[in-house]
Amino acid sequence: MIDFTILAAGDAALVVQLDERIDPALNAWCVALSERVRTELGPSLRDTAIGYCSVTVYFNPQIIDSAWLEEEICAIAESIDAPDATHGAIVEVPVCYGGELGPDLTDVARFAGRSEEDVVALHAGREYRVYLVGFIPGFAYMAEVDPAIAAPRRATPRAAVPAGSVAIAGGQTGIYPAVTPGGWNVIGRTPLAPYDPRRPEPFLFRPGDRVRFHRIGEADFQSW
Amino acid sequence: MVRAITVIRPGMLTTIQDLGRWGFQATGVPVAGPMDEYSHVLANRLVGNDPGAGALEITLMGPELRSDMDVTCAVAGASFAITAGDRRAPMHQPFVLHAGEHLRFGARASGARASVAFAGGIDVEPVLGSRATSLISRMGPFDGRPLRAGDVLPIGESDSMAAVRHPHAVGSVAALHMPTGGAQLRVIRGPHDRMFTSAAYATLFTSRFTITPSSNRMGYRLEGPRVAHVDRADILSDATPIGSIQVPASGQPILLMADRQTTGGYPKIATVISADLPVAGQLAPGDWIEFRECTRDMAAGARRLRFRPLEPRRS
Repeated sequence: MIDFTILAAGDAALVVQLDERIDPALNAWCVALSERVRTELGPSLRDTAIGYCSVTVYFNPQIIDSAWLEEEICAIAESIDAPDATHGAIVEVPVCYGGELGPDLTDVARFAGRSEEDVVALHAGREYRVYLVGFIPGFAYMAEVDPAIAAPRRATPRAAVPAGSVAIAGGQTGIYPAVTPGGWNVIGRTPLAPYDPRRPEPFLFRPGDRVRFHRIGEADFQSW
Repeated sequence: MVRAITVIRPGMLTTIQDLGRWGFQATGVPVAGPMDEYSHVLANRLVGNDPGAGALEITLMGPELRSDMDVTCAVAGASFAITAGDRRAPMHQPFVLHAGEHLRFGARASGARASVAFAGGIDVEPVLGSRATSLISRMGPFDGRPLRAGDVLPIGESDSMAAVRHPHAVGSVAALHMPTGGAQLRVIRGPHDRMFTSAAYATLFTSRFTITPSSNRMGYRLEGPRVAHVDRADILSDATPIGSIQVPASGQPILLMADRQTTGGYPKIATVISADLPVAGQLAPGDWIEFRECTRDMAAGARRLRFRPLEPRRS
């Protein structure tokens, strides 16, 4: 049983809040709650959004009584057992590290006091959980990066980070789906598009997915 | 023949909006939608459209448009001087723009934004089920950008004269009262009330804040006395509903508006209630805001009172 509280975010959204920490089990519970709420209360709702350790349920207050909705959400939340945090879909992500495609790899290596090769090995050497997708369409917040290479955000954000850039900010890693300003350390680039409206499934990542990076060469990147 | 309206001059910031791109926030897709939802729905109702039909949102300085066909139009929200061809056209009442005529927006008396609806609706291709323009994520019609001169807006089929022959029961009495210079907005505490001191709430509820120039459809950056946190000024990212008042470490609040991102990492001290969001959407840089606390019950009552005029009535 996981402790939760339900908070009002105005009169058109309720927040189911857990202990505030980055914890795969708590986030897995949030993913499970969001799915159950969408399935069981779907027609009553406008949307759900998932945070690291919260679920926000949006509703139209002209149709839905918030006290009723709060009871329904509470009942669903109480019926969720601790879900298995390792059950997410696996997404394989090829990355060309360093060079022009990963201009901050040098800085991250300096931060870590290790070689660029070591940084790549540590980044690609573990599986990450997608905790939430936010910021802009398809941007996945993944954790947790090996503390040795968890370089903080850059002092001055870049005005334009290229789409596909793979980056580190503290314990988090992510991929920029579109050209946007950004302060994360860019260590490489993937030929995959996290968001492509022309695909039948436009989004590459969903909360709860497990992500594995693997290294490709520049020739493979160009011809992908 | 294709029914279309051409943008001759775009005005300061003109976008296509509907009631928003709901359902995809868990994958990072912002909702967008009109800053003043009340006036969006009213303009659509006045021309006989569904409330969620695509309409224009115009900002501070309006556009000049030309129609290829006779079409019924209605403008709701900020009070503009409007001409259709060589005739003065009313706010908050349907009127006809004839084929080849230009629709022009002149002086603005009050409010910041108006919704311009055309019978049949702006029939651009929906993206993820919505015609809303999200400037922040560049999503929606015209790749999510503001309209430019030369853009051609397809207009849906409609019995375009019906609204003029049988004006909807809603009329000028239903218009949203436009704020002049500023507004009081009612808020519900939280969701992160535990992260703020009681002094912070006293400051929030007794001070006057000013909307700074670095404000837009995404949010209003406010200037005023510092709103103090208990200790830290960041949270693990969570959802950011419209109307949320974020407070970063600077203590200067940010009121999140229609084009907000889906998630954010600042604590939220309070949230503007649905009834007052349309009023917030009519404010502009330089205007003041005073926040007043209310309960969930009061919010429900205020909402019913606010939106009742938009309910369909038989004439």
